[in-house]
Amino acid sequence: MSIKERMSGNEAIAIAMRQINPDVMPAFPITPSTEIPQYFSQFVANGQVDTEFIPVESEHSAMSAAIGAEAAGARTFSATSSCGLALMFEMLYVAASSRLPITLACVNRALSGPININADHSDSMGARDAGWIQIYSETNQEAYDNFIQAVTIGEDPEVQLPVMVCQDGFITSHAVENIELLDDKTVKDFVGEYAPEDYLLNAARPIAHGPYDIEKYYMEHKRLQAQGMINAKEVILKAAEKFEKISGRKYGLFEEYKLDDAQVAIVVLSSTAGTAKEAVDELRAAGKKVGVLKLRVFRPFPMEELADALKHIDMVAVMDKSEGFSACGGPVFAETRSALYDVVNSPKIVNYVYGLGGRDVTIDHIKGIFETLLAEKDSKETLETYRFLGVRE
Amino acid sequence: MKNKKGVAIEETMSWKDITPGGVVYESGSAKHFKTGDWRSMRPVFIADKCKRCLLCAPVCPDSSIPVVDGKRLDFDYDHCKGCGICYEVCPFDAIEFVKE
Repeated sequence: MSIKERMSGNEAIAIAMRQINPDVMPAFPITPSTEIPQYFSQFVANGQVDTEFIPVESEHSAMSAAIGAEAAGARTFSATSSCGLALMFEMLYVAASSRLPITLACVNRALSGPININADHSDSMGARDAGWIQIYSETNQEAYDNFIQAVTIGEDPEVQLPVMVCQDGFITSHAVENIELLDDKTVKDFVGEYAPEDYLLNAARPIAHGPYDIEKYYMEHKRLQAQGMINAKEVILKAAEKFEKISGRKYGLFEEYKLDDAQVAIVVLSSTAGTAKEAVDELRAAGKKVGVLKLRVFRPFPMEELADALKHIDMVAVMDKSEGFSACGGPVFAETRSALYDVVNSPKIVNYVYGLGGRDVTIDHIKGIFETLLAEKDSKETLETYRFLGVRE
Repeated sequence: MKNKKGVAIEETMSWKDITPGGVVYESGSAKHFKTGDWRSMRPVFIADKCKRCLLCAPVCPDSSIPVVDGKRLDFDYDHCKGCGICYEVCPFDAIEFVKE
């Protein structure tokens, strides 16, 4: 039985956390994710959850405390953004390498400098190789749904990896939208109790975490960790299937929007996907065959599935809301182009770096990209792939 | 050091049999890791001069002076770092401190 409500993306995440009632939540406030621990500490103070809330002095400490708690056997959450995530970087690797399924709400925001508090993906993309599963959310509904699923994905014995659920700072974190909440019991039943096979507080089978791991063993541990990420793809799909049964909402590794007969397409993450879908609707009304592929899961990267979904497209534009400073395009572009490399007669593919530091992206911007793609799709020229959207020339 | 099936972890083990995150299913695993090869100075035990006062054993930062049944045994050179504290503390010159 779903509950119709209206709330911001931050509140939606906090509600999901309350419904799950984790054992431990260490957090440090940082814009724009501050509201998540703020709401959650109220639930703790009101006795609505019996979580041990740890107000720490920095995000490095927040992730360190989360690692200790999760290793002890406690279901542990945290929330952060931007420089807070950057301050966690060292510990993000420790969490993933120690195979501790912490769930983190990442509210995407630009990294300094110059100082900027608005949305872009430079924080989570900077952490893309830390070994965390990354799931991106278009709306506050998806942030809520993804967070609930993330808990079960990370904790699956075949995965055993931490998960960050990303949403766009202010765009979804603060904007209030209609949402359908599940009732508390349905959520609790979906996530179940956390029952790790081994944990530090288990006196029956003592273990040691975080050993010194020299060259004789390190690579075997990394290979085993990689297998967790490989296994995650199937586990993510299973969690989505199970979640559809309780919510009626369908999720995959990505969402295809009017892609079947499209000649040109845009690949995009998070809230811009909504803008892109609206642009598709308007252009479709004018008879243009355009579509969108909204990437939901960036880690693990769904290489084969993505290649299969895009193989019939003439020309693809990959949208990157972060600068990778590779001098040839952003991170989503690099991965998507790599995925398409093995496709026979692969689509033309270009990159648009856009929306940095909260630069607005409108339906007209996206329509402009589609018009460019339609004009260039049959070009015999070698096209410039590294492009910027909405920058003053 | 053992994996979760109780099999000893050693250098020929495949990634499929090693433990996730390098978790070790045993306590006191530091004894398996030989750290004595960092040493540049070496304490040498002269048993004849030793009066069994055992002042040396508790000050050793690496527990490298084994004591069994009240009797001090020779140094554990697999783990001794050659810090020289035992040499400094011995009142009977029963420990020499020489170049490694």
